[in-house]
Amino acid sequence: MIHFVLLISRQGKVRLTKWYSPYSQKERTKVIRELGGVILNRGPKLCNFVDWRGFKVVYKRYASLYFCMCIDQDDNELEVLEIIHHFVEILDRYFGSVCELDLIFNFHKAYYILDELLLAGELQESSKKTVARLIAAQDSLVETAKEQASSISNIIAQATK
Amino acid sequence: MNPFSSGTRLRDMIRAIRSCKTAAEERAVVRKECAAIRAAISENDQDYRHRNLAKLMFIHMLGYPTHFGQMECLKLIASSGFPEKRIGYLGLMLLLDERQEVLMLVTNSLKQDLNHSNQYIIGLALCALGNICSAEMARDLAPEVEKLLQFRDPNIRKKAALCSIRIIKKVPDLAENFINPAASLLREKHHGVLITGVQLCTDLCKVSSEALEYFREKCTEGLVKTLKDMANSPYAPEYDIAGITDPFLHIRLLKLLRILGQGDADASDCMNDILAQVATKIESNKNAGNAILYECVGTIMSIEDNGGLRVLAINILGRFLSNRDNNIRYVALNMLMKAITVDAQAVQRHRATILECVKDSDASIRKKALDLVYLLVNESNVKPLTKELIESLEASDQEFKGVLTAKICSLVEKFSPEKIWYIDQMLKVLSEAGNFVKDEVWHALIVVISNASDLHGYSVRALYRAFQTSTEQETLVRVAVWCIGEYGDMLVNNVGMLDIEEPITVTESDAVDALEVSIKRLNSDLTTKAMALIALLKLSSRFPSCSERIKDIILQNKRSFVLELQQRSIEFNCILQKHQNIRSALVERMPVLDEATFSGRRAGSLPTSVSTSTGTARNLPNGIAKPAAAPVADLLDLSSDDAPAPNSSGGDFLQDLLGVDLSPASAPPGTSQPPKAGTDVLLDLLSIGTSPPAQSSSSASNILSSIQDDKTSLVNLNGLASLTSLSPNATSASPAPMMDLLDGFGPSPQKKEENGPAYPSLVAYESSTLRMTFNISKQPGNPQTTLIQAIFTNLSPNVYNDFLFQAAVPKFLQLHLDPASSNTLPASGNGSIIQSMKVTNSQHGKKSLVMRIRIAYKINSKDVLEEGQVSNFPRDL
Repeated sequence: MIHFVLLISRQGKVRLTKWYSPYSQKERTKVIRELGGVILNRGPKLCNFVDWRGFKVVYKRYASLYFCMCIDQDDNELEVLEIIHHFVEILDRYFGSVCELDLIFNFHKAYYILDELLLAGELQESSKKTVARLIAAQDSLVETAKEQASSISNIIAQATK
Repeated sequence: MNPFSSGTRLRDMIRAIRSCKTAAEERAVVRKECAAIRAAISENDQDYRHRNLAKLMFIHMLGYPTHFGQMECLKLIASSGFPEKRIGYLGLMLLLDERQEVLMLVTNSLKQDLNHSNQYIIGLALCALGNICSAEMARDLAPEVEKLLQFRDPNIRKKAALCSIRIIKKVPDLAENFINPAASLLREKHHGVLITGVQLCTDLCKVSSEALEYFREKCTEGLVKTLKDMANSPYAPEYDIAGITDPFLHIRLLKLLRILGQGDADASDCMNDILAQVATKIESNKNAGNAILYECVGTIMSIEDNGGLRVLAINILGRFLSNRDNNIRYVALNMLMKAITVDAQAVQRHRATILECVKDSDASIRKKALDLVYLLVNESNVKPLTKELIESLEASDQEFKGVLTAKICSLVEKFSPEKIWYIDQMLKVLSEAGNFVKDEVWHALIVVISNASDLHGYSVRALYRAFQTSTEQETLVRVAVWCIGEYGDMLVNNVGMLDIEEPITVTESDAVDALEVSIKRLNSDLTTKAMALIALLKLSSRFPSCSERIKDIILQNKRSFVLELQQRSIEFNCILQKHQNIRSALVERMPVLDEATFSGRRAGSLPTSVSTSTGTARNLPNGIAKPAAAPVADLLDLSSDDAPAPNSSGGDFLQDLLGVDLSPASAPPGTSQPPKAGTDVLLDLLSIGTSPPAQSSSSASNILSSIQDDKTSLVNLNGLASLTSLSPNATSASPAPMMDLLDGFGPSPQKKEENGPAYPSLVAYESSTLRMTFNISKQPGNPQTTLIQAIFTNLSPNVYNDFLFQAAVPKFLQLHLDPASSNTLPASGNGSIIQSMKVTNSQHGKKSLVMRIRIAYKINSKDVLEEGQVSNFPRDL
């Protein structure tokens, strides 16, 4: 299973973290610092896997961002690379050629997408289209709720004028 | 509205934080925002609750504390609208984890949302539950999740399936409820449901053998068919990756088949064809295809034997291994490690390629390759492989040298065909990477050299040569120093010359030079210097002509700032000046070091001996009492904080020697036996094994008379005397620390009798997997305190790792837990962990003992927690 997902920028800033196994706040900071050090310092042509504390960390760099996932010893590293790529493609489709800034300002959206892709540390959906459809449906639910709220507040505002 | 939350939007806050130039500026912005959010929270501001939580999540991601926002998540989850719930659940997953108690409060909301009419809200609840639920929540909400496995919308079914995985991992007992619904998911067509359903079945098989049997019988054929359909399916754009339909589903199916086929010939037989098809048909030019092939090879290796398939799999691995892509080579090495148990011969064929990988520029690959080589070594190929590894040692970087050195040393020790080869290889390692060699490794080398009497001359000459070439490696210097001290005469006289050796001419003063260099070498540490001093002392009698020079060198350390060296220097000087008559006997060659004892101690069978003596020896007056007994002083050395515990050769093993010969020594000191010269005594101390122990004990007391003129303290020598004689009166008369010292070496018989009344041992806790037994005893004269020895026995067939026992007692009790004997509990009662504790009952006689216990451990890196209460203590504790 995937124990956690980390998105770290080349400067070592955390852009997204998702923990599927219990790590205390202190451990999380430590893990991020430790792995950031290891991964950011690896050369470009090396393999995408790092052995770490009895686990394996699979990482891949997309532009300025490192996508990292920590998995068990007997999990399929090559598949996890494919999952990372899957995630990136979905993000790309959602934001329209995604960049780091999209993920900073819309970090919650990135989380929503990840939640449609992974659950309990396992892959949930292999179709990019389905994920996109589910996210769109939920986004539109939020939009309608917002519109309703603003129209109600308009009515109230007019009534109390 | 409150004045602070003047409504900076999330976007503005992020912008403000990003524009900060320094960390201090950023902290200031965050502090201001946090203050505003806190104010909004305390005012129970509803309008901006979701925005505030979003801000908190961002702040949390930057690593600032956000615990004050936890309740806000719960409030948002409890509200009715979808947008609030969405952000609330996100916050819950981000800000909390399963160990926080606040989480319990959300159980009710989750239950409601799992039964909600809006399927997206059900989805949110399932997602949160699957990501962070605790065991208790899992138990409470399992029925809801189980129901949702049959929900009309497939997107909910798939979420429920993954959520079930979390639940059965937290509470394995619930597994049986999920077996049937999981099996029906396998018949679905929707890929999401199928993927998650297969995954659920895989995890069910891992926690329940019942599930495994069920799926093996009922589902194997269906799964094989699904995989066949997938592999033969036409182009499906929605699931296509690099020309393959849904590699994720492929991989999960193969993984489940692996578990079903393992150990079952019929099931394995059923899947042979499709595995062969996958292994031959999948294209290996893209990562997705390779991922499937990799998984397929894993499955072929795990299921029951089929020669043809295995050949196919090994060939794929061979292709992987010669791939230019580092990732592919990495997984090939990884898989070869598993294949080695199946077909070692086939793996051996790739030896050359694997050895190349040990020198790779990629650290991950190097490490994997080294692990693999380590597994490949056997008696027949140890020589060439070690040669290769030592060669790569020269080329490797500092970080890798440590790992590599440890592996080489372990291989050499394990497979060494003959002593001379062992010594040669160790010498190479020491000269190449001696600074990375662990203490026990060079200790072992000394023991081996000491045991190989025909190689003493050879070893000392080889070490001398290596020492002449380079003195950079600390451990090489130490071993060389020890050997020169012991066998210096063989070095000079070329004793025991082997045919393969080139003769060298070393004069006596050359040998002394070497020792002088090692003392004066800048980076020599205390241990090395102390060893060199002893070696000099030894040489002083072997090389009478250099005696004066040796005295000079020893005297140079008289003003050393390091107490240990200063003390040795003064003591040794005394020996040289005043005790010519006993010196030669005193510095005789060490008796052959006992290999069995040494390896026994390494294996940890005598783990207490070092620690107890370390603790107690500190109390001894470490004074002038031992002018003649340098190795005995080493025994006390163990206390010096700055030196590593096993300090120098002599004392280190002397400790063992004492331990070995203690028991037969029974004559009380000071009785019978005509008085002997002090020389004998010291001789005995140095080489107890060679003389009858009874003598040693009696004469140990006589030491007093012979050294009294040195104004030595009697107490100390009394202590020494009692060290060598384990007679009851001596033990009781000697200071307490000494007793402890003895305890470390061997069981002292009278200890038990002094204990209070005996209690029968009780089974304090027992589950189907674990038993805890308490052995209870009382300290005499201290009725309030109870000593408990807890013994844990594993009743399951799995090894428990990271074993941790915790206990809690009510206020009137005081509990002191000692460290456990180990944190690994072998399977099926093949060993136990012992942990002592001390309970002090402040209301002794009124209340009896009671204790809550918690035992945590890992099975196959999965956490298990057992809890219980012990209330069956005997009443009068």
